[in-house]
Amino acid sequence: MSKFTKKKSGELPAISTASLPDIVFMLLFFFMVVTVLRDDNLLVQNKLPKADQVEKLKKDRSVYIYAGKPSSRYADKYGSEPKIQIGDKYTDISNIKFALTEARQKLLPELQDKVMVALKVDEKTNTGMVTDIKQELRDLNMLKIIYITTPGNEISQ
Amino acid sequence: MARRATPEVNAGSMADIAFLLLIFFLVTTTIEKDKGIARQLPPKEDVVDPPKIKEKNLFIVNVNRSDQLLVEEKLMELKDLRQAAISFLDNGGAPSGSPEYCNYCKGKRDPESSDNPDKAVISVQNDRLTSYKMYIAVQNELVAAYNFLRDRESERLYGWKFTEKSKDLDEGKIKGEAAKEALQEKLENVQKLFPLKLSEAEPKKSGS
Repeated sequence: MSKFTKKKSGELPAISTASLPDIVFMLLFFFMVVTVLRDDNLLVQNKLPKADQVEKLKKDRSVYIYAGKPSSRYADKYGSEPKIQIGDKYTDISNIKFALTEARQKLLPELQDKVMVALKVDEKTNTGMVTDIKQELRDLNMLKIIYITTPGNEISQ
Repeated sequence: MARRATPEVNAGSMADIAFLLLIFFLVTTTIEKDKGIARQLPPKEDVVDPPKIKEKNLFIVNVNRSDQLLVEEKLMELKDLRQAAISFLDNGGAPSGSPEYCNYCKGKRDPESSDNPDKAVISVQNDRLTSYKMYIAVQNELVAAYNFLRDRESERLYGWKFTEKSKDLDEGKIKGEAAKEALQEKLENVQKLFPLKLSEAEPKKSGS
């Protein structure tokens, strides 16, 4: 009969942590897959304006243009006048066509005709600068643009 | 002599290593969430004979350099802009029976305002020193006015909201080619009722 009597040790069995590495690996792979390492190093201040009537950006076919005052780190060197950044460097308005053509060539060949220009402009910039950029884009025949914004609304504040 | 068994590799630290990597990727991850207001620029060609637009079909929004709004020659707060744009677009002032009569408009039918949504043009004039924040806020309100009217019409015709369905289409929630095309066509029908006609004048030099 003693075969069926349970051992009465009274202690709870330890919870097995053997599957912990598996769980952690799963999370790890998820984050590895979704991670996009930042490819552009921001040289300008970039506080985007708010809007709520927005569309999504198709990232594979877009070229980014940043504009705004130089970040505080570069302020002594470049002053506080708003500047345009394409790729990793500052660009002058007269040089913007060259920089954009260069940026466009980095996209997939079949998407180069459908290119969309994403404007990430600081909210304190003047509209005049944006207009200048738009004129250059019209010259280049890159007519699809998207003003990148952050969610929110100007009025509700 | 007894054959020694190979000692088992201790896998206890595996979790620690994986945690370390996990934390690294957690910190470096920036999930892209870029959204914005899309626009099509007019192509660069000299318009020899610009189409004539009647005064009453034009809704002029002027933003000066201290970010004040002048709508149809009256000072206006930003929060009233959406409603003003809606009542302009939805006016449908053409008399009943004429070819331009708008049978789905629910506005005041004021003969002094726009004839129908197809004719109505919103023109935004900015000063060069207008802040970009204000510029986007104005654009946002005007797009909101169009979206409001399109939602209303699609609700009436098909029973769903225009903005919701076009978002679904964008995000790939609609499955199947046939369903996509059918939806695209319906969306275009709604767009035709209220075509987006926003014109931007070349900004004036500051101080004018």
